[in-house]
Amino acid sequence: MSIFIDSGTTLVIQGITGRDGSFHAKQMLEYGTCVVAGVTPGKGGQRFENKVPIFDTVARAVKETGANTSVIYVPPMFAADAMMEAADAGIQLIVAITEGVPVLDMTKVYPFVRERGARLIGPNCPGLITPGRSKVGIIPGRICTPGNIGVVSRSGTLTYEVVYQLTRAGLGQSTCVGIGGDPINGTNFIDCLVAFEADRDTAAVAMMGEIGGTDEQEAATFVKKHMKKPVVGFIAGQTAPPGRRMGHAGAIISGSSGTAGEKVAAFEQAGMGVARRPKDFVDLLRARIA
Amino acid sequence: MNIHEFQAKDILRRVGVPVPPGRVAKTPDEAAAIARDFGGTVVVKAQVHAGGRGKAGGVKLAKTPEEAKSIAAKILGMQIKGLTVYQVLVTPAADIASEAYVGIIVDRAAKRPVFMVSRAGGIDIEEVAASTPEKILKLPVDTRYGLLPFEATQLGFFLFDDVKRVRSAGKIMQQLYTAFMQSGCSLAEINPLVTTPAGEIVALDAKMVIDDNELERHPELEALRDPTAEAPSEVHARSANLTFIKLEGNVGCCVNGAGLAMATMDLVKYYGGEPANFLDIGGSSNPEKVVSALRIITSDPNVKAILFNIFGGITRTDDVANGIVTATKQNPLKVPIVIRLTGTNEEIAVRILKENGFSTMTDMDEAVQRAVELAKGGGKAA
Repeated sequence: MSIFIDSGTTLVIQGITGRDGSFHAKQMLEYGTCVVAGVTPGKGGQRFENKVPIFDTVARAVKETGANTSVIYVPPMFAADAMMEAADAGIQLIVAITEGVPVLDMTKVYPFVRERGARLIGPNCPGLITPGRSKVGIIPGRICTPGNIGVVSRSGTLTYEVVYQLTRAGLGQSTCVGIGGDPINGTNFIDCLVAFEADRDTAAVAMMGEIGGTDEQEAATFVKKHMKKPVVGFIAGQTAPPGRRMGHAGAIISGSSGTAGEKVAAFEQAGMGVARRPKDFVDLLRARIA
Repeated sequence: MNIHEFQAKDILRRVGVPVPPGRVAKTPDEAAAIARDFGGTVVVKAQVHAGGRGKAGGVKLAKTPEEAKSIAAKILGMQIKGLTVYQVLVTPAADIASEAYVGIIVDRAAKRPVFMVSRAGGIDIEEVAASTPEKILKLPVDTRYGLLPFEATQLGFFLFDDVKRVRSAGKIMQQLYTAFMQSGCSLAEINPLVTTPAGEIVALDAKMVIDDNELERHPELEALRDPTAEAPSEVHARSANLTFIKLEGNVGCCVNGAGLAMATMDLVKYYGGEPANFLDIGGSSNPEKVVSALRIITSDPNVKAILFNIFGGITRTDDVANGIVTATKQNPLKVPIVIRLTGTNEEIAVRILKENGFSTMTDMDEAVQRAVELAKGGGKAA
């Protein structure tokens, strides 16, 4: 098992002919992801790499191929519409990679997707990977290896760093999920923790948070109350000056809420392991699954 | 993107919010001339992207044009929270019967814009929220429907008892909401929203923050950006499509991705050093970006060592290597550099760097420790 994606994932790629979309479509195909369709309005009827059929709309792609998952690489100004199009076409899991989506657009997307019963991951996220079975998004496949550690993170490259260190230390992963760093995203830490707790292939969870907001504190409360599996956490931004934006729209400290210190304290109170450095994940996780 | 009070007021005026007249002065003489035109007592207000202007002495009453001139002379050039005041807003002083607070902010918990209104305006709203939360009404808006008339009325009744004023306030709520959505704001605030002794309701001060992600859709808003209100290095970085924030330490950091950049800075501190900056070269890098990044880092005289930490995913590490080589050919480095890179095209990157006399590392912790040591003047360049 795994969470959210596995060998049964059938993927449609929205924006498959774009610069980023085509590059990552190839990577996903090489990894072995079951890519069944692409969508680019006006290019319906063509094939990507002489293989994957392209459709004009997501609805058409779903009807013809039965795709159950979508990944979005369309430019930021059109990404909100793409997410809603996917949800309306009956896609159950929508993964939005696009960075720079206006937050007010997301205030419309979030309830729209929810009302249609779909799960949205992102936007502004690296996507997810179930090593050896399916990759949806941009996480480099070769840094991952199958195993029993669940990984969830708000960051992109920091996730790669931690996964790389886990893999080098022989700690494989069940599923790695990047939930994205924007103020409004479809899936939060708790959603992933619920799924990891229920997944019989996951033995422990590595969770990487950042300064800003209260998602990590709420996740810590959830861990304390509802999780039997061990969770190890890390917070990036200990040295960030207060009140300054650090690139991720979410990384804004308002008042005393959302500081690194507050989040680390919440982890400790919940009895979680706290990694002070990315490399600390290795020993902390190993001790907990031994 | 922050904008100034006078710019926010212009936006509000255009959607019909009652805003007192006012003009901007860049010199004391201009301030005096504006005061003379308005006649009577005026308020001279520092225009900077910082709160607490009043407490810092940046907002003062002037009874005569001469007084406006001397006050403007004091405020212009003043530092407020590290930002220099280059312009002042001169506006007629208003008679105030009561002050209310009205704000909209995108709330990540509600996943919607939330209206916040209170009769306790004019003072620190955080203080009111913390000690007397019942004095604030919070109302989340479903942006698919917009602010509905009954919601606007509800907000109005929280601020006023008299139904005429409730309706005027409700109209202002609708107008503020329109401005908020049209300008792609993440925050819009009228504080205070005053009632004059004559019963008029006026927006005496306004603040707006525009979501940077909206600027592509609203190019006209980009014109409101005031580069003098930001640190020059940050302005420079933005034009090169980099995210840069200057800090006080001496280890210059160049990283791809915000999370990894923050974790790298934290690690510098963990090993006893101090980061000189936050610098994220972003996802799809090209060599030119790296050249700009190095130029920005080396222009900081505090920097004693440079640390590259690149985890190639979308970012190709050979692009980064080429950027380092180009930049250092143009401007030879005066401080040691530590390069850690791994991921996409790593073998090519290592070869390029080696051919040009640079060595590389693959372990993040070792690289950070090395850079910290070098910044302290120990060891020789890796």
